[in-house]
Amino acid sequence: MTEALRNEKTTEDVALGIRRRVFEHAMRNNGGYLSQACSAAEQLAWLYNEELNLGAPTLPMIPKPFGGVPHRDNPAYHTGAGYNGPVTPEHDRLFIAPAHYALVAYATLVEVGRMAPEGLAMFNQDGSSVEMIGAEHSPGMEVHNGTLGIGLSTAAGLAWGRKRRGEPGRVWVYMSDGEVQEGQTWEAIQCCAHHRIDNIKAIMDVNRQQCDGAMDSVMEVGDIKAKMEQFGAVVVAVDAHNLNDMRAAAKTPHEGKPLIILANSNPFHAMPILEERFPRLHYVRFKSEEERARMNVSIARSLGIAPIDYAH
Amino acid sequence: MIEMVNRPYEKAFEKHALAHPEVLCLSADLTSSCEIDKFRDDHPDQFLSLGMAEQNMMSFAGGLGLAGYRPFIHTFGVFLYRRPYDQLMASVAYPRRRVRLMGFLPGITTPGGMTHQAIEDIAVMRSIPNMTILETGDATEVESICAAADSIDGPVYCRVLRGSVPRLFDTPIEVGKMRELALGDDILIVTSGITTEEAMRATAALAKAGVSVRHLHLNTIKPFDDAAMLDHIQSVKSGVITLENHVTEGGIGSLLAEIMADNGVGKKLLRLGLKDTYAHGGSRAYLMRYYGLDALALTRGVERLMREEFGITENDLAETRVDAVHSLAKAEGL
Repeated sequence: MTEALRNEKTTEDVALGIRRRVFEHAMRNNGGYLSQACSAAEQLAWLYNEELNLGAPTLPMIPKPFGGVPHRDNPAYHTGAGYNGPVTPEHDRLFIAPAHYALVAYATLVEVGRMAPEGLAMFNQDGSSVEMIGAEHSPGMEVHNGTLGIGLSTAAGLAWGRKRRGEPGRVWVYMSDGEVQEGQTWEAIQCCAHHRIDNIKAIMDVNRQQCDGAMDSVMEVGDIKAKMEQFGAVVVAVDAHNLNDMRAAAKTPHEGKPLIILANSNPFHAMPILEERFPRLHYVRFKSEEERARMNVSIARSLGIAPIDYAH
Repeated sequence: MIEMVNRPYEKAFEKHALAHPEVLCLSADLTSSCEIDKFRDDHPDQFLSLGMAEQNMMSFAGGLGLAGYRPFIHTFGVFLYRRPYDQLMASVAYPRRRVRLMGFLPGITTPGGMTHQAIEDIAVMRSIPNMTILETGDATEVESICAAADSIDGPVYCRVLRGSVPRLFDTPIEVGKMRELALGDDILIVTSGITTEEAMRATAALAKAGVSVRHLHLNTIKPFDDAAMLDHIQSVKSGVITLENHVTEGGIGSLLAEIMADNGVGKKLLRLGLKDTYAHGGSRAYLMRYYGLDALALTRGVERLMREEFGITENDLAETRVDAVHSLAKAEGL
């Protein structure tokens, strides 16, 4: 493949490309994680295109099929971390804690030239490693995070170990706000503070949505920023669609504490017609051919492309 | 008189950890209860206090494994799988992290009652892919458990004895190798952990009554070499009896049942242990008597299996060892 590794596109272009790819995928498959592309595109584009220090991918641009799970009889097993480059002391690591964002994360890999577009077409196909809920062996993934709330703890352990070894690389975690309903998230923050783990940085998509609908209707979580600060994190709130906000937030000093960027996002950003589906945005499955066609025209116009020709 | 060894884990862990700098000592607020308080005080650089937060601890240990460390998690057995089961699966077992789960107070060895008694841990761990299960039955096995566990390329769950522990054996654990304690041909008795000592109390009386006992002690419960066990099963005339400090579903009784059924062995199997019941709080001797886990229960089981009464009473069994619940030999009451 001849696609560039990084910085050949602006981060704005990467974000737009992520939304276009997720939109096209959702149209062809009669639904998908559209809202996550609305809320998360700038965050993932910024991480991959600017913030993360990653080496060149070590795995093929077109993902290999599912190669079995970790087992003593499967010595050739490997994770999908190679799409983020080699594991070296100086490079950063990234965990996508809400593995349900996998489609958006895969689209990001394509946009930054780390995976071929053919990889996205393998999404959720039987026998593929490009799984619907990102698995360890899925492109760009290194650990299983399909159960929400475990990502930050795993990252904390890795970060503690890397700090002990004197490795300069950082551990980044992409999080979602629904995870703050899990007690483990709070255990992880207090643990980072107690052990002064400060080579860990997280950015949380605060879209106020979860599977059942608006978070406030499912379980109110109060003031996330104040709570996290009380548990020992340095917390900065930003506009999730403002790249300069995120760039500045990442520079916040946080000696002896984890840094958590709360990215307040709009779950219909760049696809305003999705507001019709509020508050059930977790997985948008079109209710009728009429709705699918109407959304196709509207979202395509919002994203500056022609409607998807999904009729086969 | 059996030699009693005081706190064998304490010294064994220190020796192993100091020889292997990638080994880390993790604790969840039960540091003295797991005999690692001296290690914490003497080697703080290799010790991590993770507080009463087992879910985070389990995933954190997975992260340490990813960073190339081999964390030994110390807490009571129950707290290694009941609360953090999802984390155990996703962060440790699935990715085959080299995390060593040191589960203290197995089964009814704690007076702490239901919340503290790991009575189904082996059943749970046997059903987890990639998991290895070791169980200690005496001081020598406790002394060798760290090296044995740390030799495994993957996660290991260990049932560890603490406090004052009898020395029954003089050779360390060899992973995957059962101990052949008697090689008679009437009946096969299979035990592990603290039930081995009970069975040893019973075997002398049974021998005196003319029963030819074959007795095997298991320290490796998973993975398991079926072929070796099958030879023993086929060597006895009157059947097999298991005695376990665990529910009879999913533990070594089930293990024997599976081997026998898989191989079409038409022999009787009697599984002794907790019969679909929780236990309650009390001393070990009391609980073993109450729930039928002791030497006397075993002799009654042998009588049932052989359809013979030998008239063995408590007086015929070797001297019972009685531990005071709150003796100085224990790290603490719980």
